[in-house]
This record gives sequence, structure tokens and C-alpha cells, in this order.
Amino acid sequence: MSNTIVTFAEVRGGTLRRPSLEAVSEARRIADASAGRVVSVLVGAANEAATKSLGAHGADKVICFAAGALSSYSSESYARALSKAVESEGAGAVLIPYTAMGKDLAPRVAFLTGGGLVSDCSSLELAEGRLVAKRAQYSGKFISTFGWKTKLQIATLRPNVFALTTPAPDRACEVAQAEVDAAARARVREFRAKEGGKKELAEAQIIVSGGRGLKAAEHYKLIEDLGNAMGGALGASRAIVDDGWVGHSFQVGQTGKTVSPTLYVACGISGAIQHLAGMSSSRVIVAINKDPEAPIFKIANYGIVGDLFEIVPALTAEAKAHFASRA
Amino acid sequence: MKIIVCVKVVPDTASRLKVADDGRQIAQNDLTWIISPYDEFAIEEGLKLREKLTGEVILVSVGPERVAAGLRNGLAMGADSAHQIWDPMFGDLDAAGRATVLAAVIKHLGGADLVLCGHQGVGDDDSQTAGLLAGALDLPMVSMAIKLDVDGAAAVVEREVEGGIEVWDTSLPAVITTQKGLNTPRYAGLKGIMAAKKKPMGVIDAAMLGLAAEALSPKTERRAMTPPPDRPPVKLIQGDAATQAKELIRLLHEEAKVI
Repeated sequence: MSNTIVTFAEVRGGTLRRPSLEAVSEARRIADASAGRVVSVLVGAANEAATKSLGAHGADKVICFAAGALSSYSSESYARALSKAVESEGAGAVLIPYTAMGKDLAPRVAFLTGGGLVSDCSSLELAEGRLVAKRAQYSGKFISTFGWKTKLQIATLRPNVFALTTPAPDRACEVAQAEVDAAARARVREFRAKEGGKKELAEAQIIVSGGRGLKAAEHYKLIEDLGNAMGGALGASRAIVDDGWVGHSFQVGQTGKTVSPTLYVACGISGAIQHLAGMSSSRVIVAINKDPEAPIFKIANYGIVGDLFEIVPALTAEAKAHFASRA
Repeated sequence: MKIIVCVKVVPDTASRLKVADDGRQIAQNDLTWIISPYDEFAIEEGLKLREKLTGEVILVSVGPERVAAGLRNGLAMGADSAHQIWDPMFGDLDAAGRATVLAAVIKHLGGADLVLCGHQGVGDDDSQTAGLLAGALDLPMVSMAIKLDVDGAAAVVEREVEGGIEVWDTSLPAVITTQKGLNTPRYAGLKGIMAAKKKPMGVIDAAMLGLAAEALSPKTERRAMTPPPDRPPVKLIQGDAATQAKELIRLLHEEAKVI
């Protein structure tokens, strides 16, 4: 294969998102093992901080498509930009973060370039110069191994799974400007930011989730208190979302979000298979439940069998003390 | 308004799955098959739009006999007609092949004002087919809609992204993918189930679509499927609540090194 790897750099609100750095880092790792090079594509407004960060994390070149009409996202124009870079660089692989934007963008890139696409990869390896991907399927019940039959190999990468390279601010990185037809029939008109202070589930390193064991909507406050004490994002089981205790944007699991934080704390969640689907790839799982037979204990690293109304407030106090002592 | 809803029929999400003898797919015997949950939001949204704007809701699904039951269920919810898309040639499609078939089907049916799909099919969890379909039909797409307002030949769509909500403008026709939050799918009542038996459901094959096998060859291949590695056994923490809390924080800090 051509040893050039193109990565998509996602900028939201002027900031390069962490999953984009994960993609560059992974591309760097593969390129180093195959005498290849890494080209990152940045679409939208010029962004010096983002360009520098991409270079520091391993990009040999950053191509900026910075026409005014590209400042609002559309899969049509962004896919055109990425496809153009794939062609001009003669790329053999494309890595795109599996974020809301990446999920929307990648299939269009696959259509335009004719390359095969493997979604939601959690590892990539090289075998005889070609990529081999591993990814969860059937809601995490299986890990599948995928290969590509097309010359161009396109992969989307699950956020929070691929390690970042240690940034080297002095690495040489060429910056090029490019243009593309920015026409699009569907595009973002407006972005409404979440109310202040709320952490994003899919990007969080620590998540605290609550379920039916909370017994009533007003007790979700216990989860908020613990989540805030730990500096984490807040999640919920499907049961309490369906009961209207919290909004659907909190739901972890099937028909909700898939998350891979370093720490997932499940409070009063029994661990229905649909919930496990969304969080079983978390690095460390803590379960707090009064039922010792609850399935959540089968995948938890640490478990506390007991009354969450006593344990969660105690844990909040301990977490506050722990983080205060380290601040 | 002519609305085509692409439906995928998948193993029940609560079912016990095993890897088949070839080690590359799930064993398909003794499974219960259901409409992929995300597609139920697509059907429901189609029905709501038809109630508001008049028109028709047509369901299409690629697959063998088992998809007919799923389509019947969609008809019982209230869709007007359904097409089972099946040919032995369609037995081993990847997302790209499925999108090629669906694009041919939608053209065969004379196009649509709106194409609705669940944002992913549970199981393969690819989240690809709709985007590839939009490409093949050269239509705009808005994915993972949680709100959809159609006004003439345009629509305003909201979707949840990291950190907030995006509001999109799109012209129609378009492909829109659906997810939880958009609506609450209705149950098919007895009356709907009875009515569904009389609704038209045909089979469309490769010849009717003018599709040759070469156009459908997979671009990716699954080489193996294995259960995930076992997680280590749970370490249960004993004592009263205060002791447990203290010990858990210590373990997370000193042993797991995650805080």
C-alpha cells in the first residue's frame, strides 16, 4: 500500500478535539512501523493552535481547507475536501474519529473514494503492509477482526481508546492550503452549547451513572454530587431515561451512547445487557448495588454490595477529600 | 409526501448469540429477529409526517424470508406498503453492497421526497449504510436526528453532538437518520395487525434492479469473531459505608491508578 495515512482533524468551537489527536497519534505509530507519512486534513477556519498540535502529535503535513463557506460543517463539502487530500497525497489509509461528526462524514468519504470503511475500530495493526482492525460488534458481545479488500483502507476510531503520542512541539510539519467546492445542500445553521459545566459523556475520562436503584428522580442528585466531586460526566441507564428522570442524552448503552472512559462508576444499575453494550469497554468499572447477584458485578473490577443511599454520599465525601488533597 | 424507510431486521438485542462454526459470523439458527430499534424511530417519524402532510410511507428491507415478519410489523404500525428485497446474490453484503442495493431499490420505486433510516443497525453497528446510500443517490444527509421539521421542500433537523445540539438546514429530498429522542415508536395494535395482512408486500430481486454481482462485492471482510477477553473477577470491598468508600478511593488511586 501507499504508506501515506490521512487523518481527519475535527475542530469544534475553535478547538481541536482530543479524538483527532488520538487519530494522528495512531497514524504516527503505523507510519513509523511502515516508513510512512502522516497528513492531517483540517477543514474550516485557519487554526494555528490546531495545526501546531497536529504537528506535535505526529503529522508530517497539515492541509487546511479554509474557505469561508467551510466554517459550518456539512458531510458533502467536508467529504470532498478529505477525498481530494486522499487523492493528491496518494494515501493508502484514512483515519477518522468515530465522533458525531466522524460518523456522519466517513461513509461519504468512503463513497467518494470507493475505499472500504471499517467503523468504530479499537485497535489497528499492520500485517504484510496492510491494516487489520479489531472492533466490538453485537453491542460488545463479540470482538471482530476486519481486513480491507480495497486498496484504500478507511477506518473510524473509537474515542478514548487510542493512546496519544507524547507531543514534540519542535517536530517539522509542513502546512499547505487547499481549496475545494464548498457547496452543500445540508449544513449546520446553528450550534447550541450544552448548559455550562456539563461534561460530555463520549469524551469523558470518568463517568458516574445512575439507575433504578436510585428509586426516584430526585435522588439522581446523589449521582450529580459524586460526578462533580470526581470531575466526571453523568450517565444513566435506559430504565430511568424511559421513566423521564433524566434526558435521553444521558443514556449509556444500546439506543444511547457507547463510552470508553478510564473509570465508570455504576450506581444502582443492575447491568442489563443493553447497558453493558455501552460501557463494557471502560478500563475500570466500579459497581455499587444492593443485589450481589446483579450482572454488573460480572464485569466490574471493584464492587460494593450495599445501600447506595449510604455508600454514594460517603464516596462523594471521600472523593472530594482525595481531589482536594491533590489540587 | 413520499417517504421511504429503510429497515434492517436484526437478532433480538436480548438474545443469546454464539459464533458460527466458521468463526466469522454469528450462528443464525434459533434466533428471534426484530426490526433494528433505531429503525423503529424512522418508521414512527415517517408515520407522523404522513399524518401531518399526507402522503405514503413505504418500507424496504434487504434480507431473506425473516425480514418479511419485520416488515409486517412495520405495516401493522401503519406503513402503507413494503418491499422485501431479496436475491441469493444479496446473501453476503457489506454496508457498501447494501447501500448499492438500497439505492437501486429507491430508484426502482421512482425516488422519494424523504429517505429515513435508523442511524445504525444493531449487531454490525456500522453506522455506514445511510451515508453510503446518500452518496449513491447524490442526496444531502443529516444523521442522528432528534428533531425533524419538514416545511415544503426543506427541513430543519436537530442532532446531538459532543457538547451540544446542532441545528441543520437541508433541502429535500434528503436522507435523514434517526435515533432515540426523536419520538416514541407506537405499538402495533390488534387493528393494525389485522390491517397489515391486507397491505401490499412484494419481493424485489436483483434482476428487477438490474444489479450484477460484481457491483456488490464486499470492500471489507470480517475474518474472525471472538467473545471479548474475560475481565478479571470483581474485587468486593467489605466494611461499613465509610470504610468501603475510603478503601475504594484508595484502590482507584493506588492500584488502578485512574484517579
